[in-house]
Amino acid sequence: MNEVTVIIIDAAIKAAVMALVLLTGFAYMTYAERKVIAGIQVRRGPNRIGPLGLLQPAADGVKLFLKEDMMPTGADKLMFNLAPIITSIPALVIMAVIPVAPDWIVNGYTVRFVVADLNVGVLYLLAIGSIAVYGIVLAGWASDSKYSMMGGLRSTAQVISYELAFGLSMVGPMLLAQSMSLRDIVHAQEARGIWFMFLQPIGFLLFFITGLAELNRAPFDMPEAEQELTAGYFTEYSSMRFGMFFMAEYIKMIAVSGMVVTLYMGGYLGPFVNQFPPLGIAYFSAKVFFLLFTMIWIRGTLPRLRYDQLMSFGWKFALPVAMLNVLATAIVLVYVM
Amino acid sequence: MTASQIIFLIVAVLAIGSAIAVVTAQNLIRAALWLIAVFFWVAGIFGMLNADFIAVTQVMLYIGGIAVLILFAVMLTRKVMHEPGSRYNDNLWLSALLAVLVLAGILAVVLPVAWPTLQTADVSGNVRALGLAFVDKNQYLLPFEIASILLIAALVGAVAIALPTKEQL
Repeated sequence: MNEVTVIIIDAAIKAAVMALVLLTGFAYMTYAERKVIAGIQVRRGPNRIGPLGLLQPAADGVKLFLKEDMMPTGADKLMFNLAPIITSIPALVIMAVIPVAPDWIVNGYTVRFVVADLNVGVLYLLAIGSIAVYGIVLAGWASDSKYSMMGGLRSTAQVISYELAFGLSMVGPMLLAQSMSLRDIVHAQEARGIWFMFLQPIGFLLFFITGLAELNRAPFDMPEAEQELTAGYFTEYSSMRFGMFFMAEYIKMIAVSGMVVTLYMGGYLGPFVNQFPPLGIAYFSAKVFFLLFTMIWIRGTLPRLRYDQLMSFGWKFALPVAMLNVLATAIVLVYVM
Repeated sequence: MTASQIIFLIVAVLAIGSAIAVVTAQNLIRAALWLIAVFFWVAGIFGMLNADFIAVTQVMLYIGGIAVLILFAVMLTRKVMHEPGSRYNDNLWLSALLAVLVLAGILAVVLPVAWPTLQTADVSGNVRALGLAFVDKNQYLLPFEIASILLIAALVGAVAIALPTKEQL
């Protein structure tokens, strides 16, 4: 086999594994969310299908497939079909640049636990993340429904407003690591011997909070505001097209957690990870699980923000603080350290 | 032809095809989406030139920023979907003449120049070099600062226009 073939096969295997992990992760995130929320509300949650209700996601999937697929009469057919696809593809590919373990040399072949190591990885995350908003815009517009339209406008405005603070709070780790490659950022945290969340507490909190807003998650879950918007931009969707929006939301939760872990929580770093690299996957997953649990926890405990509160928080608090944080970090790096 | 030439040709044809679709599409939303496709293929060409920073920036700013705003504005005008109306007005021939003149001007500038052919450049750390070039007073500091001031002026201007006047309050 020549070198190019090896590279292609290597990338294809990694991409397939990643897609599988993310899709399974999605199925069990829905289960975990219902179980944890149920625990918070002193209920049992799903417990009928399979032991402890563990087969509930499979049942949900079958149900979604069997549902009638409807399309509003006035809908723009092409756009209506495209919107869920445009939403789910960025969610699936965004993890490609995130390293989940250090390089591992087996029989002289170096296994890299990342699908594609870009030297502009941080920008890739932002670029792919910014494509996802098209799904919302198109779904809201193509459905020919007032609720979808209003929901789409609101969610779009929310996502593009928070994108600024979200992007700016990625700059802190970039400055500290002097690199935009995610591998270098993890290495920099290893070299300094401290996670960036302790050096950049403000950046970390802002990144997590604005990440929730980017995801349309609680407490920023406008599409879920039934009283005002029914189901927001995906009101008119049913069956598997609805399933794809649902899937994208949960996979993006995993992706944003992965981003927070890589940029601020040391990525795959942990004890003995350099001696036995696959251990990195366990550390990475454990940190991601912790953040996912936190997201569900927040949903279970915090009330939803009003739309005007959400916008003023994004523009009048998150953005200025993120900017000041970048400025302060740059000044400290140049004149103090 | 090498593989990269073939890929370049495909991407270039797709880019030009999408650009034609932008101006021929009847529906405003479709036109906006074709415009996004153009941006995307152009990003692909940047990527093929090993300029991955510019490629990603192209996706982020043009697709993720500018085109979203265009779509967002178009979304507020849903009527366009039902009644496209005529795309031509009385100035059709005048604008055709202008377009031909502009094309002639561009060709007159572009054709006489012997363009250097593509060479494999050393792109390791091109982001750092780019960043340093922007703040080096012997290179691009002045244009960079002028562009920044222009952008801030545009921002302030937009806010000033959007602010409600005293009567409206």
